[in-house]
Amino acid sequence: MTTFPIRWTSRSASLLLCLLFWHLAASHHWNLGLVTFANVPTPWAVVQAALGLGDSGKLMQHLSSSLGRVFAGYLAALVIGIALGLAIGRSKWAEDLLLPPLEVLRPIPAVAWIPLAILMFPSSELSMVFITFTGALFPILLNTVHGVEGVDPRLIASAKSLGAGRRAILLEVILPGAAPSIITGLAIGMGTSWFCLVTAEMISGQFGIGYYTWESYTIQNYADIVVGMLLIGVLGMGSSLLIKRLGGLFTPWHRPRGKT
Amino acid sequence: MSVMQSPQGQIDIEQLSIVLGDGPHAFEAVQGLDCRIEPGQFVCILGPSGCGKSTLLGALAGHLSPRTGRLRVDGAAVAGPSPQRGMVFQQHTLFPWRTVRDNVAFGLKMQGLGKAERHQAADEMLALVGLKDFADRWPDQLSGGMQQRVEIARVLINRPRLLLMDEPFGALDALTRLNMQELLLDIWTRIRTTVVFVTHDIDEALFLADRLLVMSSRPGRIIEDLRLDFSRPRTTELVTSPEFSRLKRHCLELLRHEDGRQLPRLNPLGLPLENTLPRFAL
Repeated sequence: MTTFPIRWTSRSASLLLCLLFWHLAASHHWNLGLVTFANVPTPWAVVQAALGLGDSGKLMQHLSSSLGRVFAGYLAALVIGIALGLAIGRSKWAEDLLLPPLEVLRPIPAVAWIPLAILMFPSSELSMVFITFTGALFPILLNTVHGVEGVDPRLIASAKSLGAGRRAILLEVILPGAAPSIITGLAIGMGTSWFCLVTAEMISGQFGIGYYTWESYTIQNYADIVVGMLLIGVLGMGSSLLIKRLGGLFTPWHRPRGKT
Repeated sequence: MSVMQSPQGQIDIEQLSIVLGDGPHAFEAVQGLDCRIEPGQFVCILGPSGCGKSTLLGALAGHLSPRTGRLRVDGAAVAGPSPQRGMVFQQHTLFPWRTVRDNVAFGLKMQGLGKAERHQAADEMLALVGLKDFADRWPDQLSGGMQQRVEIARVLINRPRLLLMDEPFGALDALTRLNMQELLLDIWTRIRTTVVFVTHDIDEALFLADRLLVMSSRPGRIIEDLRLDFSRPRTTELVTSPEFSRLKRHCLELLRHEDGRQLPRLNPLGLPLENTLPRFAL
């Protein structure tokens, strides 16, 4: 068991090493045969681009637009994913009825949804929310189904023998039993929701980190692209971590087997 | 806590047969059982692995339904699980997400009792099984023997007519098992209920029971019905008495005669789960 300071040191060192590699590769225009860093902006150029974005005064608007879209889509995916997952996991009837169309829809990438999303929704805002929703839905749904099916049938039998009805079995046994798996799905779904952000914000708008990244690409401003990419990465990581922490508070009994 | 209840929990089994499995794999787990169990009796069912003794228990609990014949408790046909018929499995089925106290109080919560009331009752029940100081722990923080004691407390808080136990001490070490057997008898003298206790341990069956039913290999039938008149309270010295040894030899002969083939274990919920192929692509 390593202590906290040591672990944080090694974590920071890992990030710094990546940064160092990036710096060396980009500033010396390394060409590694298959992949070349000749045209990649250096970390310093990216920092300057980031400062430029900060100075432009648009950063907060970009951030709040993106956060709003991601969280709206994510929240819808949470409600629908868990509800469908419970139904599919509990009932063969629901499985036969709901799963086949979902299985066909799942492999469709977010990009392919853009035209239909524009056609189907009254505003471009809603279309963008829909795209982040498609990103989060399937991990949440899948992990909920998995969690529900993994609940020990003996626990359900015991609850029945102790006088639990259908509702109590759902609330007292199925939901808490599936909770650790659902929380994993929620954390993954948070990441995939951010994953779809650039795609979503290709649709339109003036603001949003995805929009900013895509716009930078169209005007070939490569340092700005990396700023956008890193922002999405950091926000995605932060919100997934938040979900995991919140999930941990909801499942105090759950102690994952530690690494030795 | 020593409330003597009016004797309840008479079991009538008439021509009971239970079929497990589907289609071509279906088989009769128990066949043509006929038996009456008196209220308040401690009955052990002994039999080789896979003989259907757990299946019979599952039917009494209401988790399995008979193919033919009748199963009644105090005159009423068994239809589905009920808190009147409490079940203890070989491996505990405590809810990992509830503290020990909330696990024990679960049955009272289902009856709609208030929190303070059910917590008080749960604490009394925990004191009875000697776990007063562990009420706030999570189930996985307890030892195997403690978990089974909580399980018993959780069932008994409903004051069931039947206490159904499926090899409840089978997974415990020898010493813990002996302690649990004495504890169970002690609790049973205080909270009188009909006990149906399934085991394949002859010593355990002879030590605990008023009456011993020995079942044949599949399809399970009752091949011996013994009254055990050892005086109570029973202590571990009983195990070394000549009469105990004589009965043990008798049971061994019965089981050895029966133990022709090795059968997979059955459980009170039917067949052991099989690893099935994924049903969907997701």
